[in-house]
Amino acid sequence: MNKSRMKKIGMYLLLTIGAIAMILPFLWMLSTSLKSSNVTFVLPPKWIPDNPNLESYRQVFETVPMGRFFFNSVFVAAISTFFQVLICSMAGYAFARIQFKGREVLFYVYLATLMVPQQVTLTPLFIMMNMLGWANTYQALILPGIFSAFGTFLMRQFFLGIPNSIEEAAFIDGAGYVTIFFRIIIHLAKPVFATLFIFAFMASWNNFLWPLIITTDTTHMTLPLGLASLKGRWTTDWNVLMAGTLVSIVPMMFVYIFTQKYIIKGLTHTGLK
Amino acid sequence: MVGFNKWTKAKTLAIFLLPSLLGMTVFVILPIISSLGLSFTKWDLIGEIKWVGMANYSRVIKDPNIHGALLHTLQFIAGYLPSVMIISLGVAMLLNQKLKGVVFFRALYFIPVITSWVAVSMIWKWLLNPEYGIVNYLLSLIGIAGPGWLVDADWAMIGVILTSVWKDIGFITVIYLAGLQEIPGHLYEAAAIDGVNGWQKFRHITWPMLSSTTFFVVTISLINSFQVFDQVWVMTEGGPAGATSVMVQQIYLNAFRYYKMGYASAISWVLFIIIFAFTFAQNRMQKKWGYSDE
Repeated sequence: MNKSRMKKIGMYLLLTIGAIAMILPFLWMLSTSLKSSNVTFVLPPKWIPDNPNLESYRQVFETVPMGRFFFNSVFVAAISTFFQVLICSMAGYAFARIQFKGREVLFYVYLATLMVPQQVTLTPLFIMMNMLGWANTYQALILPGIFSAFGTFLMRQFFLGIPNSIEEAAFIDGAGYVTIFFRIIIHLAKPVFATLFIFAFMASWNNFLWPLIITTDTTHMTLPLGLASLKGRWTTDWNVLMAGTLVSIVPMMFVYIFTQKYIIKGLTHTGLK
Repeated sequence: MVGFNKWTKAKTLAIFLLPSLLGMTVFVILPIISSLGLSFTKWDLIGEIKWVGMANYSRVIKDPNIHGALLHTLQFIAGYLPSVMIISLGVAMLLNQKLKGVVFFRALYFIPVITSWVAVSMIWKWLLNPEYGIVNYLLSLIGIAGPGWLVDADWAMIGVILTSVWKDIGFITVIYLAGLQEIPGHLYEAAAIDGVNGWQKFRHITWPMLSSTTFFVVTISLINSFQVFDQVWVMTEGGPAGATSVMVQQIYLNAFRYYKMGYASAISWVLFIIIFAFTFAQNRMQKKWGYSDE
């Protein structure tokens, strides 16, 4: 065997070890979730359960409204993502293309908010939501997540890169900004829309701290929160906990399988450019 | 803009910018300002708001809970940041080789990234179970008696770091991979002609050419790690015996458990100042050492 072939095998070996380390925890979650509670704590651990069954899943769905959590997560993520993409792209377009007084200053204010960690705004937001009587409501879960300086910045950078000539031709034809934006620009911006969409969706889907603060009843809990609440009831029933965890992961996993290419591309794109 | 009168322009601007401006003002800018204001007051949400000047801040400076939380946050960063960077760079360099199936591996390594912190924390809490966890079982196979992990004050933070590194490898790898792909191939070709070995290539080409990527990775990881919370909250709730309590947890507890709105706000501003100082120092260092290739 020659040296370069050895090297190749070595690299595959390392990559495979890494891949196993990445996948094994998920497989162990699956395996545990299919076990009955009396065999969860058997040593040495059994990777393939003797009597695989869905008992733990039944228990999860019986103790907590998993379906409701699921709906809440989808609903909150879908609405806040849609509006985030729309509002950020329109604002980004204005910052990139429409001349107005104070544009630079305003844009710097947006950028400055990026430096402030989210935790700084938690207390005032909580107070505001309570004053409005919005604790345990969808609007409280959704609204603060919509407005994103990062998204606006991302969109502005993209629009700055589009040549002016495209719009100038449309202007000559008598089209206004709104027409141009919805008829032309939106189509050009599909890749950057996809990027922001994925970021926003993931952020909303996985958000924990804000829902933890603003929701106390199960009717408005999202999946991460519902999952954490399972922990309180089933402290040592790992089969039930793993079943709940698995249920909470599956939807995002599906989204990931279909959008994998865009996610990684989008991340690389925004990460460095 | 030619041919647009003032009114049309104002209308256009309102359509494009007003929704964002209103939302940013109400949900971001005003909360930031009021948080700063609150930090100089004492308020439990029910009674009257009392102006206390700098009292909250001087309390933060003296509060042993905050000292502990800051220390643990720094411990987290000290363990997490170098580990995740070294491993991710290694993985990225492997994935950057012209091997078959690289796309598949990259997709696999990325799965923990798209999984929520809560789910990841649940899984690892089970994996790190002292008696029945897979990790200690695997350790026992090679003759090592595994520690108590999350229930042992000396090991809990290491458990949290391990989990966080595992989750973020895919993310940092993808960023490093993008950086690696931008290094011009002719540099390596020239080095090969000069008979340069692998380590020298890394030392004199790869690493310096990656400096702006590394800078980016350090910046975002640092900012994110100062805000570590989800995994700690789910895995240990700051325990055992406060061994893993972190800064954001102090904000959370003071605001939403003890209803000390002013004090919690002050802690959040201290956290902001710390993050800002670190980012600023890092930025200066990058300039000083001529790190950037831009």
